Amino acid sequence: MNNLLDVNDLEIVFSRRGRKDVRAVDKVSFSVAPGETVGLVGESGCGKSVTSLAIMGLLPKRGVRLGGSIAFEGTELIGLPQDKLRRMRGRDLAMVFQDPMTSLNPVVPIGTQVTEVLVRHRDMGADAARKEAADLLARVGIPDPSRRLKEYPHQLSGGMRQRALIAMALAAKPRLLIADEPTTALDVTIQAQILELLKELVRESGTALIMITHDLGVVAGMCDTVHVMYSGRIVERAQRHELFAHPRHPYTGGLLASIPRLDQPRGERLEPIQGSPRDMLAWSQGCAFAPRCRNRVDECVGEAPVLAPARPDHEVRCYNPLGGSDDR
Amino acid sequence: MTDDVLMSVRGLKVHFPIRKGVLVDRVVGHVRAVDGVDLDIRRGQTYGLVGESGCGKSTLGRAMLRLVEPTDGTITFDGTDVRALKTEPMRLLRKRLQMVFQDPLASLDPRQSVESVLTEPLRTHGFPGKPADRVRELLDVVGLPANAAGRYPHEFSGGQRQRIGIARAIALNPDLIIADEPVSALDVSIQAQIVNLLEDLQEQLGLTYVVVAHDLAVVRHVSDTIGVMYLGSIVEESPSDDLYAEPLHPYTIALMSAIPIPDPVVEERRERILLTGDLPSPANIPPGCRFHTRCPFRQTTRCADEVPSLREIRPGRKVACHWSEEIVSGRIQAAASSHDPTATEVGAPV
Ligand SMILES: Nc1ncnc2c1ncn2[C@@H]1O[C@H](COP(=O)(O)OP(=O)(O)O)[C@@H](O)[C@H]1O
Ligand SMILES: Nc1ncnc2c1ncn2[C@@H]1O[C@H](COP(=O)(O)OP(=O)(O)O)[C@@H](O)[C@H]1O
Ligand code: SF4
Ligand SMILES: [Mg+2]
Ligand SMILES: [Mg+2]
Repeated sequence: MNNLLDVNDLEIVFSRRGRKDVRAVDKVSFSVAPGETVGLVGESGCGKSVTSLAIMGLLPKRGVRLGGSIAFEGTELIGLPQDKLRRMRGRDLAMVFQDPMTSLNPVVPIGTQVTEVLVRHRDMGADAARKEAADLLARVGIPDPSRRLKEYPHQLSGGMRQRALIAMALAAKPRLLIADEPTTALDVTIQAQILELLKELVRESGTALIMITHDLGVVAGMCDTVHVMYSGRIVERAQRHELFAHPRHPYTGGLLASIPRLDQPRGERLEPIQGSPRDMLAWSQGCAFAPRCRNRVDECVGEAPVLAPARPDHEVRCYNPLGGSDDR
Repeated sequence: MTDDVLMSVRGLKVHFPIRKGVLVDRVVGHVRAVDGVDLDIRRGQTYGLVGESGCGKSTLGRAMLRLVEPTDGTITFDGTDVRALKTEPMRLLRKRLQMVFQDPLASLDPRQSVESVLTEPLRTHGFPGKPADRVRELLDVVGLPANAAGRYPHEFSGGQRQRIGIARAIALNPDLIIADEPVSALDVSIQAQIVNLLEDLQEQLGLTYVVVAHDLAVVRHVSDTIGVMYLGSIVEESPSDDLYAEPLHPYTIALMSAIPIPDPVVEERRERILLTGDLPSPANIPPGCRFHTRCPFRQTTRCADEVPSLREIRPGRKVACHWSEEIVSGRIQAAASSHDPTATEVGAPV
């Protein structure tokens, strides 16, 4: 076992008195090797963010039931006491969110926030930490870092804030970084800068990255392994070249057919997936995607399909996958 | 060719005053949101407007319908000087000019049933026939069930709400629809449904569209012509098929190279032209070429002190850059690329 992270049969259920339980994540298993970039993709509400919050131990204690296991280098994170978790967060695991304002303290200068991480997790003295903080800001491409250190989050643009947050996340040299839609709120030219920065940092430091996104273009450019989620479960997974060359799940295929391609001649018509993510079946009643699926067959309603090998190193959860069953 | 132009815009400006002072209101500067735009929108076609957030796309779209009053310039719609119209003739013209917004829920009154949302424009403009019949017809055209009429906007998914927004926009048989980020808030699989609906309606009803969006792949798919905006100004205009194949303006080149393409083989081969820094404030637009502070192709002469005009360098292709010919021919190269570790230093922000 040389994985950095092993998530096994993770279940996340939101239960509130007087309301129906929400099974946001349903028996999700995946692992992350050291230095690997893993993509979690799927449309809004499929469970990407709650999965990452569970790994970080950031889900609220009340009203949430967790099942299964999340092991970081063999240490079980579910049920780990708060003080131990807090020590691992920042030092071993760090996270970057879509909206950096939610994780930056608005009334504390950027420099102080980065320095604190260095003092807390890397036992640095105040002076050394300040110098390292300036180096970090420079490294993530923030111009004039010693001046920026004194500024407050609201004084930075969206792109600069996201860089500051990445600097903070990397300050403790974590072995796993989770980036949850880190560029969704940014313009594409700024997105390109941030993605390039993440790639470079991962390459240089050997940090493993879980990249959460709804953008298949982002996945194509940076993930080694890709897990496609639908309605709280992984429905397909493969290495990125394999996945894009041979999408097997009708949902993955549907997503790819829905996006216009900039680099190809303008096609006549897009082929959308019908219905909306709201029109789903509970997994207990069959395939959650069945109400929207073009490939639906009788078996699809009744019992849920299992995640099974479709091709070498390629798994799919589907009774009637794309590309026929000949090479299954 | 000019006779098939439905709307024509010349020298359009929208400058918002920046006010300071508690007791005495003083104007201390202007946000030049739209700063001299010329456009021709051809009948039955789609004009796409793209550019980073804050570059003035929405303000331009709204100004074309006088939903925000232009500071300067002319707007001609089907032979009428729109800016000269008084209240009543403008109200009558509104029937023919409609808008679709990014967030249909924000533009729909939550307390109004769908029926009432769709009936309202019919009543205010005295649409002939029974409103209930028209509502049923509209729901059918946009692909909603007839029983949607009695329900409320929040009961619908994002895609269905956008269908309601579109139904309202076409209720009075308009000529021109300005769609401002019509699919940006929707999931990918739903975006394609709405894009197809817009295309179908264009064909069935002979509509003319202006589609404003920051997603270039979507805009290119629906548009015949694309205008690329930067800081309140059109920096390139081109038939949409040519724009990716051969972008002319350095900003377009960078924009095209920045857009991720859902194909790992293509992604691995691509070279990114990274821009540095952020969009300058439209209250403080750089002199000379407004893009020169971020331009990877910037030259030591002309760029910083001479405003490039939007010129047609070959049929149908307009660009506002002093050096387009040299850049396209490769005689001028970008200062660095993504394979160069110093890429993020190009055109250091000012
Ligand atoms: N605090 C919460 N209470 C109840 N349900 C929640 C809560 N947070 C998330 N959910 C539900 O969990 C599901 C997954 O949400 P999320 O992980 O945020 O999706 P994604 O990040 O993929 O868009 C959604 O159906 C959402 O409504
Ligand atoms: N009513 C207003 N008053 C002052 N400034 C405005 C107003 N509306 C828009 N702006 C400014 O004008 C610029 C262009 O905005 P907008 O047209 O919304 O851009 P886009 O749609 O391309 O994102 C921005 O800097 C914005 O802050
Ligand atoms: S299991 Fe059936 S419904 Fe689900 S994706 Fe496969 S074919 Fe479609
Ligand atoms: Mg999320
Ligand atoms: Mg806008």
